[in-house]
Amino acid sequence: MKKKNNNITLIKSFMRGCTHFFVFCIIASLLASLCELIMPKIISFTVDSVIGSEEVDLPAYLMALVNKAGGMEILRENSWVFAVLVLVFAVLMGIFKYLETVFNRKGSETLVETMRNRLFSHIERLPFSWYMKNQTGDIIQRCTSDVDMIKMFLSEQLTTILSTFILIVMSLVFMFSISTPLALIALVSIPIIIGYSLGFHRYIGDGFEKCDEHEGKLSAICQENLTGVRVVRAFGREKYEVDKYKKQNDIYTNSWVKLGKVLAYFWCTGDIITGVQVMVILVVGTVLCVNGKLTVGDLIAILSYNAMLTWPVRSLGRVISEMSKAGISIGRINDIMSAEEESDRHDAVDCDTSGDIVFDHVTFSYDGSTKILDDVSLTIKKGSTVGILGMTGSGKSTLVSLLCRLYETSDGCGTVSISGTDVRRIKSDSLRKNVGIVLQEPFLFSRTLGENIGITFDDPAARMEEIREAARAACLDETIEGFSAGYDTTVGERGVTLSGGQKQRTAIARLLAQKTPVMIFDDSLSAVDSETDAKIRHALREKTADSTVIIISHRIQTLMSADNIVVMSGGRIIESGTHDELIALGGTYKKINDIQSSGLDENEEVDE
Amino acid sequence: MKNTEKKTTHLKFFGIPKILPFVKPYSVMMFLMVFLSLLGSIIDLVFPKFQEYAINNYIAYGKLDGLGVFTLVYFVLLIFKIIVDTIGAYNGTKIEMYVGRDLKQTAFDHLQTLSFSYFNRNSVGYIHSRVSSDTNRIGTLFSWYILDCIWNGTYFIGALIIMFRTNAKLSLIVLAIIPVVVATVILMQKKLTTTSRNIREVNSRITGNFNEGITGAKTIKTLVAEDKMYSEFAEKTGEIKGLSVMESRYRGILWTTLNVASYVALALVLKVGGDFTSEQIMEVGTLSLFMTYSMGLMTPIRWIINSLAQLINIQVNIERFTGLLETESDVSDSPEVVEKYGDMFNPKRENWEELKGDIEFCDVDFMYPDGDEYILKNFNLKIPHGTNVAIVGETGAGKSTLVNLVCRFFEPTAGRLLIDGRDARERSQLWLHSNIGYVLQTPHLFSGTIRENLKYGSPNATDEEIMKALKIVSAEGIVERSENGLETEVGEGGDLLSTGEKQLISFARAILCDPKILVLDEATSSIDTFTEQLIQSAIGQVIKGRTSFVIAHRLSTVRNADIILVVRDGKIIERGTHRELMREHGYYHSLYTQQYQAEAIAGVFRDTSK
Repeated sequence: MKKKNNNITLIKSFMRGCTHFFVFCIIASLLASLCELIMPKIISFTVDSVIGSEEVDLPAYLMALVNKAGGMEILRENSWVFAVLVLVFAVLMGIFKYLETVFNRKGSETLVETMRNRLFSHIERLPFSWYMKNQTGDIIQRCTSDVDMIKMFLSEQLTTILSTFILIVMSLVFMFSISTPLALIALVSIPIIIGYSLGFHRYIGDGFEKCDEHEGKLSAICQENLTGVRVVRAFGREKYEVDKYKKQNDIYTNSWVKLGKVLAYFWCTGDIITGVQVMVILVVGTVLCVNGKLTVGDLIAILSYNAMLTWPVRSLGRVISEMSKAGISIGRINDIMSAEEESDRHDAVDCDTSGDIVFDHVTFSYDGSTKILDDVSLTIKKGSTVGILGMTGSGKSTLVSLLCRLYETSDGCGTVSISGTDVRRIKSDSLRKNVGIVLQEPFLFSRTLGENIGITFDDPAARMEEIREAARAACLDETIEGFSAGYDTTVGERGVTLSGGQKQRTAIARLLAQKTPVMIFDDSLSAVDSETDAKIRHALREKTADSTVIIISHRIQTLMSADNIVVMSGGRIIESGTHDELIALGGTYKKINDIQSSGLDENEEVDE
Repeated sequence: MKNTEKKTTHLKFFGIPKILPFVKPYSVMMFLMVFLSLLGSIIDLVFPKFQEYAINNYIAYGKLDGLGVFTLVYFVLLIFKIIVDTIGAYNGTKIEMYVGRDLKQTAFDHLQTLSFSYFNRNSVGYIHSRVSSDTNRIGTLFSWYILDCIWNGTYFIGALIIMFRTNAKLSLIVLAIIPVVVATVILMQKKLTTTSRNIREVNSRITGNFNEGITGAKTIKTLVAEDKMYSEFAEKTGEIKGLSVMESRYRGILWTTLNVASYVALALVLKVGGDFTSEQIMEVGTLSLFMTYSMGLMTPIRWIINSLAQLINIQVNIERFTGLLETESDVSDSPEVVEKYGDMFNPKRENWEELKGDIEFCDVDFMYPDGDEYILKNFNLKIPHGTNVAIVGETGAGKSTLVNLVCRFFEPTAGRLLIDGRDARERSQLWLHSNIGYVLQTPHLFSGTIRENLKYGSPNATDEEIMKALKIVSAEGIVERSENGLETEVGEGGDLLSTGEKQLISFARAILCDPKILVLDEATSSIDTFTEQLIQSAIGQVIKGRTSFVIAHRLSTVRNADIILVVRDGKIIERGTHRELMREHGYYHSLYTQQYQAEAIAGVFRDTSK
């Protein structure tokens, strides 16, 4: 396995295409803060010098502006100017805040889109063996909750921290320009509040985790009760279940109530700190005003600045403490992104199906110890039909998986080749477009039946005739027409549930629509009754006349007309030949044939 | 199963009356909540008054007399307010959690009494979210949303009152912009609700795509459909991005409106109030008070409307929850039966008769509650105690119907089921279930230890009895191999054990209750030969001397049965002993032949690989 990527590099690569949105968002936030901060200034000026008659104390450039407008007297007579000024800045602030929100969302959604798309496309390209090692639920969890966690980190936590920082700095600048002692009072409390809330959230983190854990247990009890409802009823254990649920329900409820209490204390303490701070500013400010060191307008302005800071500062601690979770999430996503994609060799060639398929002394094992295939050699002539007979675990499915390169043989363990080219040297897409397979357990996509059959077509709707033809050959057309929506019937969770046989026939139709030069049917008629089986086989013979066909089955009837039949057991080919040859041989094949064509206890005859 | 409900519902008074009985036990807390939020809100209204006082009395006159008292009063009120808030918050959490807990428990308790038709109709996921998420949402409604409404409502009204009393003309001017704000907030709130719903919808489809991409990986690879899957996936992620950005626009407009409206109010106060102040009609401190209130008016509007919107949304949860509680069981004990034998929570074991195990179907008609066809019509069958009944048929043919009736998971539509000569309905379900042992095809174990699972049906079993039961089914090896013996955890659903081990444990669990009637659903999938043999002999041991119903897949079990019932398309089409049925050359004959061949072929291959 490749060495794990660096988490930072990964995040950076995800952020391509959305960084500018976050930059815009922070700029917008900065401008919005600026507008918001200017307004108290205007108000204090209005209160002091327009409404009141304080000395005009403005920077030179503003003084020049005032003089240009006709001096303070004119302005005092037209006090609506200041109201309009407030409005202008208010509207500007509103616009910037709106932009901040939208840019932030654009950034975070672009990020999520990138992450999801890259994860999905990466997962699709991972080798099949990877899926065997990882659990679906876990992968999905990583692709959903962990992605959200990283989104939160960038869109909420990082931007909040930055814009709060900007707000703190700017408002302090404004406050210091008005009154140093009051600004100091405001400044002192900031680290106290952040520190306190940070420490608290670190401490309370465990509490939240505990609550989640208890909730998980409560859910598990309920779920087990529902899935095991037959057992519960049959053993008459309803009371026991109710008691068990009640016990956990109490634990869960009380853990939250306890946490609620701690949280209430936390807010209480926070309220005291901020409340006292406002009080001190008001009292000290009043004293300063009375002593003539501060104007009323300035006091009102300072109080406004202080109020603006309160909430952002108080939530900062929570935000910072939640940041550590993002690190874990990035690591979990990195696990997936670091897994190596299935790749073709640099000298890979397109698939050429003009020649024979050859398994040459192939030995294979999934875990390195148990041999699933043991020195298998088999040649499949171009255009011929080969039947493989064997029990579960005989290695027959593995054999065809190697041909599709779902797994690869190790060096020195034999080769699988088509027209003389080792399949490991053929481009995987090209190989699979030429070698089609109906899997033992067919998988259908949650979309319509027509789209399922025509899944390999770019535009299935335009090729309905081919789809119907394939469905007819798979004895599926009538079944489909039996559904009220016909070929537009959706299958899967959101639609109808098909029986095992119907699923198998859909998968067969899918392969027939694909018309690959090599077709593999891996035990794909096992859930179909023998009558339909015969019909499908008849249709297949017509449809697959030009193709090389491999049929795996444990029904002699399905295999008997093949050009060559091999019998597999314990990872080896134990017999091979045509039906007649194998019957003449008198080995395993004949025994099975005898059982299937006659078969019961010697004294009880059977009519087939 | 389709459980998608998108329709908006309209219940009387938002469905709240239906939930009131659950809130009643906490009426003291509810009262406290209303009182504290009123009080908290009023105190919050008072605080700007301090600023006004300081400006009008100290700064305006340049004196500091009584500033100490002023500070003290301020401080005391501050502390009082914080205490009120703290108690209020804690009290709110309590109401939320306690109401939620009671709702959950009631739902769970009720589920234990519901009959199987309910569980067949609804998926586990659907039922589970009724118990967990709906109850949580309702709990939140009765705490935080109500608290929000009261607090913000009081603040809004209180601020208006103070403003009007101070200066009616100025207040009217400020009031003029409120309709615009309310209209915008309501409009945006509506848009937000719809957009969020769409986002959730697309989101669940994206999760579905991930799921399909992973579980269908093998198929996607063999079809070379990666690009197609990807482009469809990217289409959906693009769609959700669009929706989400749209949502942020609505959110942005909402907050911007509130923000700008606050400053519009402020600007109006500044101009009009400023003029009043210049003309000495109003003091500067009062002007600052007006500014504070007029700006503070806007945010409460948002939260009141939000709470009302939630109230409307939560109706759906209330409806689903009460819908569950109103679902009645198709199978229930009559009051007379409960009187004599007790119910499932308070059984009167002293009145329970011993069960022998004679079972008789008398003219039974049966149709599943959600079906439209009679599965049994005029069915008669006498099963003396100790009889082994085998039920055979293809997968999905409806073999469990008879078992469902014997276990009283369903009641006959017409006719009677007699147990020991008396109608099954004359005795309680729990009485019957306490005498039934049940082994499922896919054994269901509960998370916990091996011992807890074994004792599931017989809580008073001793370790000695447990070991004896394990020995009978040759499962003592599992316990011996496990590190912690009987204390070994089996994991959720027993997943830490192998399938074979789970089956053996469930055999032992059934045998431990020493049931008079045994129901056994044989596994179809074969396990390794050794475990297979263990299970085979376990079955033989378990059914000995008991009235047993075996949904059978193994020839040996079928051959040895006292009576075989053959099921096709839900109906019993043949019955008799193995010998009789073989002679008939009917459906059973062909089923048996098929199975026989499959086993014979497996035998041939076993020989070749040796």
